[in-house]
Amino acid sequence: MRTCLSDAVAPSVWKSSKRVLERCGVQVKVPRGQTCCSQPAWTAGHPDQARAVARHTIDVFSGPEEVVVPSGSCAGMVVHAYPEMFKGQPEEEAALDLARRTIELTQFLAKHELDPGPGAPGPVTLHDSCHMLRVMHESQSPREALANAGCEVREMQHTDRCCGFGGVFSINFPELSGRLGEEKAREAIASGAREVVSCDLGCLMHIVGVAHREGIPLRARHVSEVLDR
Amino acid sequence: MSTRKRRADGGVAYLDVQGTLRERTVDALRDRTLRGNLDTAATSWGESRDAMREEYGLDEMRERAREIRRSNIRNLPALLTEMQAKVREAGGTVVRAADGAEACRYITGLARARGVKVVAKSKSMATEEIKLNEALDDAGIEVVETDLGEWILQLANEHPSHIIAPAVHLNREQVAALFREEAGTDDVPDDREGLVAHARVRLREKFAEAGIGVSGVNLGVASTGTVCVMENEGNARLVTSQPPIHVAVMGMERVVADWDEAAHILQVLPMAAIGQDAANYVNLITGPRRDGESDGPEEFHLVIIDGGRGALRGTEFEEALSCIRCGACLYSCPMWRSVGGQAYGSPYSGPIGAVITPLLEGPSSPASRDLPFMSSLCGACGEACPVGIPLQDLLVRARARSSSPDTRKSGLAFRAWSRLWRRPSTYRAWMAGWRLMLRARGKDGWATELPGPGAGWTQVRDMPTRWPPRR
Repeated sequence: MRTCLSDAVAPSVWKSSKRVLERCGVQVKVPRGQTCCSQPAWTAGHPDQARAVARHTIDVFSGPEEVVVPSGSCAGMVVHAYPEMFKGQPEEEAALDLARRTIELTQFLAKHELDPGPGAPGPVTLHDSCHMLRVMHESQSPREALANAGCEVREMQHTDRCCGFGGVFSINFPELSGRLGEEKAREAIASGAREVVSCDLGCLMHIVGVAHREGIPLRARHVSEVLDR
Repeated sequence: MSTRKRRADGGVAYLDVQGTLRERTVDALRDRTLRGNLDTAATSWGESRDAMREEYGLDEMRERAREIRRSNIRNLPALLTEMQAKVREAGGTVVRAADGAEACRYITGLARARGVKVVAKSKSMATEEIKLNEALDDAGIEVVETDLGEWILQLANEHPSHIIAPAVHLNREQVAALFREEAGTDDVPDDREGLVAHARVRLREKFAEAGIGVSGVNLGVASTGTVCVMENEGNARLVTSQPPIHVAVMGMERVVADWDEAAHILQVLPMAAIGQDAANYVNLITGPRRDGESDGPEEFHLVIIDGGRGALRGTEFEEALSCIRCGACLYSCPMWRSVGGQAYGSPYSGPIGAVITPLLEGPSSPASRDLPFMSSLCGACGEACPVGIPLQDLLVRARARSSSPDTRKSGLAFRAWSRLWRRPSTYRAWMAGWRLMLRARGKDGWATELPGPGAGWTQVRDMPTRWPPRR
């Protein structure tokens, strides 16, 4: 799954993810017809509009393959929210099936003990995105993947604390969202690393966007991009 | 003169708060002292709670607490009937109030009938919800808050900012200034012990005058008709035993079946709340004073409030009724930690407040319909909840239920979005257009001003137009 944020802002994220998987010998298909997991409409409180888009996603990803997503948040949407969204709907079984087959990129690497070889040396600091941490219940797989790639991770303070992105929240409450983003950017830079890495592009766009506005010299890359070097 | 207003329509949120929810968050963010005060408290509670987690196996305790509360809510009508019968057996009076106004009418009526001039209160969110102080004030009856935090707020004429620590947003110096003003003298110490000692002397004088003591209820135990009131200061013990009449005000969902269940919840609550393994005082009250007993009130009244709770049973929001009002989701929430509870404009703040306030008020109430949106859905609340309420899911459901001009507007936008994004061709065309727009607006790899919904983004942050972004 490419994810819509990657399509909109950073195609390099899904391309890196594809290369990383192929380096591990995984056969990767990127369905051309895919769009979005529908999370924006779901969290904005419009389940019917979300369902229409999610139905398309279920169609596109029908089939027996595992679905690898370079985002803890989009993966979490499919795994956690689709069962609720399609409860009692004709697509319920298909939704549950897709939820069972969907997995985040670094989780997939860990699950199948895949090693894509050396990546960027770092040092980087890792931001645990909330949905990776508290929806996918995962904090180890990105750290393992980075360690296996020989990338030095310098942990920041409160790495499990929300960066304030929150999708539609970032637009509805920009001041509050921005304040949390600034705190996160300052904690990231205080780690001693100049680059923040995460499994979620949304968090990164937000953190690095606030950092740029506030003059904090912080860079950002998706975990797949660090592994892809 | 009180600025607090009672809601004639039985609503929960305050009507005297200024501005929109977003404007209030902006005001709160400007207040650096507030942020510091909140962070100090939240960090200390969180650390103590984490210590408990190891020591007592809080995670396993949570599973059992969740089962207990879910079963309580499933069996609520039967438990309430049993509770009611047992309280009456013990010589107490039980009143079921459909809403806050009815509860207030009963309590003010009781005060008038007994010629009571002063009411002493211990801390209670239920009375804050029904605006009892305002009702008593209107009836010409003096109300004295005897919980230290609540008394501070009464002096400051402010709303509580936290479910169990109502004045947590104020620091020691701010409290000392309030005490000096109330006492009309500068002779008030500003160290912690000195402040508490000062408050104790001022408040003890009031207990002797009070004709009614009003308390909240942490738990009602159906099998014996006992109400449990937990506290750390000892004031609730005085409130429930000194005045001749004790009125306990309980939300209808706060009942457990028996002592086995009660013992578990009474243990979990203070651990989750502030990382304390037991409350300093656990008052267990069954009816009024009996023959031969030396302490206790002559009359005991239990007021059980529905206030919109009953209608939530059997809905997708039922789990919200499991809440034991510990406040763990508040201090775990990055939003609450940043702006405090007062910005929410409701007695119940933080994630649980953002869920239940609009549920109790109705989805189109202007005072609370925006609350579910004030969350990044980070899930820290659900993780902290000692009874396993999936708060982030409830927040999403509450958003879907919310109705306001803003949600109608975003509904139209998402209708268009949905049409574009369910077809690959229109999706790809939109994305191509978007990337062109980004490139056109970008300068040195960054866009600082975007149109439409993007304006909310660029108000506080830049948008990278190349990825990985340039420095």
